[in-house]
Amino acid sequence: MQTTLEPTTSFEVSDKGFYGHFGGAFIPEMLYPNVEELRQNYLQIIADPAFQAEFWQLLEDYVGRPTPLFLAKRLSEKLGATIYLKREDLCHTGAHKVNNTIGQILVAQRLGKKRIVAETGAGQHGVATATVCALMGLECIVYMGSIDMERQKPNVDRMRMLGATVIPARSGSQTLKDATNEAMRHWINNPVDTHYIIGSVVGPHPYPDMVARFQSVISQEVKKQLLAKTGTQNPDYVVACVGGGSNAAGAFFHYLNEPSVRLVAAEAAGQGVSSGHSAATTALGKPGVLHGSRTILMQTEDGQVVEPYSISAGLDYPGIGPLHAHLFDSGRGDFYAITDDEALQAGFQLSKLEGIIPALESAHALAALEKMNLKSDDVVVVCLSGRGDKDLATYSKHL
Amino acid sequence: MIQELTQNRITDLFAHKSERLLNVYFTAGFPELTDTRTILRGLEAAGVDLVEIGMPYSDPVADGETIQQSNGKALDNGMSIKALFDQLAGCRSEITVPILLMGYVNPILQFGVANFCKKCQEVGVDGVILPDLPLDLYLAEYASVFREYGILNVHLITPQTSESRIRYIDEESDGFIYMVSSASITGSVQGISDPMRAYFERIQSMNLRNPRLIGFGINNHETFDTASQYANGAIVGSAFIRHLQEKGTSAESIQAFVQTIRA
Repeated sequence: MQTTLEPTTSFEVSDKGFYGHFGGAFIPEMLYPNVEELRQNYLQIIADPAFQAEFWQLLEDYVGRPTPLFLAKRLSEKLGATIYLKREDLCHTGAHKVNNTIGQILVAQRLGKKRIVAETGAGQHGVATATVCALMGLECIVYMGSIDMERQKPNVDRMRMLGATVIPARSGSQTLKDATNEAMRHWINNPVDTHYIIGSVVGPHPYPDMVARFQSVISQEVKKQLLAKTGTQNPDYVVACVGGGSNAAGAFFHYLNEPSVRLVAAEAAGQGVSSGHSAATTALGKPGVLHGSRTILMQTEDGQVVEPYSISAGLDYPGIGPLHAHLFDSGRGDFYAITDDEALQAGFQLSKLEGIIPALESAHALAALEKMNLKSDDVVVVCLSGRGDKDLATYSKHL
Repeated sequence: MIQELTQNRITDLFAHKSERLLNVYFTAGFPELTDTRTILRGLEAAGVDLVEIGMPYSDPVADGETIQQSNGKALDNGMSIKALFDQLAGCRSEITVPILLMGYVNPILQFGVANFCKKCQEVGVDGVILPDLPLDLYLAEYASVFREYGILNVHLITPQTSESRIRYIDEESDGFIYMVSSASITGSVQGISDPMRAYFERIQSMNLRNPRLIGFGINNHETFDTASQYANGAIVGSAFIRHLQEKGTSAESIQAFVQTIRA
């Protein structure tokens, strides 16, 4: 793609919001004031010592951080390498998503917003958003694809119990992409008093950078914990699943400029990369614009967005965050396409070997381990992004 | 600052007419794939001042249910940018009304921006409206190509757009400014409220160099009439899509619709 904006070579976002050729803020004028207000204020707000103190206090006392870095001995033995699991599944609400919603609700408060809108796929981000809205007493509206509402019903009930209004997105594939469209429309219709808490490292600048910063607590803790356990901060690999890619961005963050650490992303291949029922974005996509940023996108020759498919609602998205597109494009990251079956088997394996039922999203990251040709002295950190309770109905069909 | 374009039907139009201009939107490929020329002929015969043809997109975030559904139907019918250019080829032998294409940026990026502008010039398209291509990105990356082929890019302002940004948009715009009537998506506004009038008055008093058309929520004679008191005219979209769906694409049907708006 031709560009006169100089592509960045580093993995930090440029002041225009780009990672390499990817990113930016492709938004209708109707959203410009909202996004601009955020862009002009987010770094200053986050850097404020009072913000930092409140953020870290809540992460510790409410979320339950730091989450453990667990040496999975039986899995390590099985796979022939040293495997650590970063236990984001032990966060309050059951996934890493809450790291970001805590940060964004504090930003929203400081911007004087009265209402929160969010999109959700698996429901983990919706639950995390509804949770922080309850905590802070803000009105919460969550858009969720009507198909996702059926397959992730416990999370719908949790959001409602927390006081959120859950609105079904009935357009398109009725999944995460469409929930995102509907949430953006809601924001267009309510520009002044509403903050949109995007749940992944997607959307217009500054969202990908802001969400990555809030999730970077993951890699920050990993460095410290790994040093204490092994004497070195750096593993050979950090592995995480990528739908939009927020847990991966958080797990990779402090390793982006450590070339000795390979960054491994597991994408959802669904029923197979070539099956027509897949969400393997880097395998199937090409550069394009969706939901406010230029990224790698699954699309037709005519530039229409292709409906993705994955057994895991949280990975069922036709794009990836622009940071991940840059990691792929630059060769900094290794991307693996994991089928539904491979993810299910990895989920069952972890449950039996370690007594941990992973979210289907995280099971994709675990399945990547099988493809990585690990050596016996390799040290691997897998971001276990969420717990599998919400996926029991899906798992039980394949028991 | 834009260089003066040599000849463009949109600038020509505003040079000769400054009041009660009616711009009507329809989605290419809706209700049927081959309706584009029929609807164009109908709108020309009914005497509309400008026509805005929507290039359907799978994820039109600035649009409401009516236009999104028409986009979905058009895509199911097989509409694409390429098919639309094929349908517009030769239309200037019978159609004189200025034509704008409205759409989202991704299909154009895939088609190729230069290729897109070249085809616009070939078939006689005068301008485009691309809501998710922000002004700064347009100026940095694409403006020179659009200018090379004489294609105007119409920018939007909303009630939340700051005065300084409106001045900037006015400076960098040509053709006209698309005034979004309220904080909304298309087809979701009922009537013209007092805050909307206050916003219209505020913009009117800014004495911008570009003419202005008001869109979103213009769906009958009353709203068209009110909008025309504060701007050079107005844009009708969702209401016409609903009309096409209910009353069909015949010249009589389109004439009747335009008459109810203009009355």
